[in-house]
Amino acid sequence: MKERMVLMRQIQDVEFALTELQLYLDTHPFDQKALMDFNCYSQQLLMLKQSYEMAYGPLLSYGFSPSPYPWKWLDSPWPWEEQF
Amino acid sequence: MWIYEKKLQYPVRVTCGTDLKLAQYLLTQYGGPDGELSAALRYLNQRYTIPTNEAKGLLTDIGTEELAHVEIITTLIYQLTKDATAEDFKAADMGSYYAIRDGALFYSDSNGVPWTATYIQAHADPITDLHEDMAAEQKARAVYEHLIKLTDDPGVKDTLRFLREREVVHYQRFGEALRIVQEYMDTKKVY
Repeated sequence: MKERMVLMRQIQDVEFALTELQLYLDTHPFDQKALMDFNCYSQQLLMLKQSYEMAYGPLLSYGFSPSPYPWKWLDSPWPWEEQF
Repeated sequence: MWIYEKKLQYPVRVTCGTDLKLAQYLLTQYGGPDGELSAALRYLNQRYTIPTNEAKGLLTDIGTEELAHVEIITTLIYQLTKDATAEDFKAADMGSYYAIRDGALFYSDSNGVPWTATYIQAHADPITDLHEDMAAEQKARAVYEHLIKLTDDPGVKDTLRFLREREVVHYQRFGEALRIVQEYMDTKKVY
């Protein structure tokens, strides 16, 4: 359980950097340095999410994440039940 | 379209357990005039008449982030109320809330006034709409500052500080989008 939370926190950290960069790039589309950071974090996020999903099940619905048997999407905790 | 991601944008920590009064105060950022629902619906609805791609992108992306904030606020409210009994509601002078909803959430402000579309605006004029958005971010920032003063729970304070800071960043980005829109309108010489 503890390891799951560590990985979740890492995903939240990297995703937050990407959210910030996304909004920044919306009004600074020619900032090449910011775009490089965005692409670098995007790679990191992909790897973190893959390790999370292999161990703890899908993060995304509608086929954006695969699921082992049985249908892991339903596993608790749901986000509002999470104890950080 | 939108894809649901089964995680919170920011970790929600309630340190001091059940607090019905605090949950009631927080309710305004769920279904109140300057709440996260109002924000998400305001921005996503203004996208169709905004002229520049920068502003289209920004309204889409901030509108989407606001939906993640709706979930953070509901998680706070849920965790502050989930263990409460009818007696607890009565003791917090919230028996009238319990009578209608038990522990269910509802889109209203802290006083129980239901959410209404009159909280948001859209005029097609991009200068007008972006000013509305910037004002909305400042109003939400002020409400978060009031809420931070209303609690001693360190976990809740931390989450509220995160949400407050997002209002500041969104205000900044909307200001930049406004400048880009103004430059665009100047080159078009619409008047």
